[in-house]
Amino acid sequence: MSTLAHVFEAAGLATVTISSTRPVAEKMHPPRVLHGEFPLGRPLGKPSDPAFQRDVLNRAFALLAEPSGPVLVDHPEVIEADEVAMSCAIPPRFDPDLPPAVDEARGLRKAYDRALAARGATSVGRVHDADAIPAALELFGKIAEGEAWNEVGLEGGNPMPIVHDVRAYYEEAGLELVNGPPPGGRASETWFYEETEAGKTIMAARRAMKAAEAPFPVWFYMAPGHRN
Amino acid sequence: MPTGDQAMREFASGLPVPEFAETAFTPPPALAEATVAIVTSAAIHPEHEEAFAAGDTSFRVIESAERGLKLGHWSPNFDRSGFAADLNVVYPIDRLEEMRAEGAIGAVAPRHISFAGNQPDDVSTLRLDSGPAAAELLKSDGVDVVLLTPV
Repeated sequence: MSTLAHVFEAAGLATVTISSTRPVAEKMHPPRVLHGEFPLGRPLGKPSDPAFQRDVLNRAFALLAEPSGPVLVDHPEVIEADEVAMSCAIPPRFDPDLPPAVDEARGLRKAYDRALAARGATSVGRVHDADAIPAALELFGKIAEGEAWNEVGLEGGNPMPIVHDVRAYYEEAGLELVNGPPPGGRASETWFYEETEAGKTIMAARRAMKAAEAPFPVWFYMAPGHRN
Repeated sequence: MPTGDQAMREFASGLPVPEFAETAFTPPPALAEATVAIVTSAAIHPEHEEAFAAGDTSFRVIESAERGLKLGHWSPNFDRSGFAADLNVVYPIDRLEEMRAEGAIGAVAPRHISFAGNQPDDVSTLRLDSGPAAAELLKSDGVDVVLLTPV
């Protein structure tokens, strides 16, 4: 973002940058920066909180009155990401003959469909649509049990974008099952990777791929970097 | 163990960044008369637009009325649920429309722009090609002020 700020200003556009990593903004000194120490992925701070978002914008646009730059100011509120899993019901076992993650993904389908109908868009679909999520999880289960990751038949051959689809399917369905305001930053990530059978299966597949010396980027980016 | 955000902020702080000897500075018109556009690095895009590839240095155009947006970012290292719950937490288009209705800004740009945040370290394409192209597109729409939101 700071690079684009320099490029745009040089082209004759006035910019205001919301920063999420203060040392980067300090080093790159774009002309006007409001730093928000908010959960990464939430530059306006709080979803479904128009008043807070408006406060962020008011503070950002106020920097346009500065006669010269660079200027960097901090939003006064710090919001920490929530590392505790969101409280979300997981479907009970329905078909004991299916792998747990496959059964679970099927059980979340109605919640996913409600979420899609309500929002009108989904981030599922990089490789698979919702219909294919259970089958993709079956393949990750095979990898976790020791089958070669590049021989189980992953569509496109790269697990990373398939994990994106599985995670998006789960997070969109999960948000539909949560009452009240949206959960804190990373709460749904923690729920997915630590509490769902899908997340546990993907993490087990990731560990198996690392042990089998799969290329680093292929297994590493299946989960956030701090997860083992 | 550091939290996910702590780990990512520490990592990002240590990455090489392009050097700019000076800070270019364009004086804006009064905000109440300015046309404002959003440019985000969240890799969001309309359903009908081509998805972002890994390491994609190009951008997608978002028409101002569009709300059905997909998150196409390749990094797993940030919260996605905020966007899933309310796209304004990344792309505050409804807030801009409210500000326009109140007269706080002059106009909302007809088109906005999305890049992918995980660019090659030298960002040379962004500096020399896709960044200037995005600027020209915005200027052709009469944009005065750009709000940059990172992911």
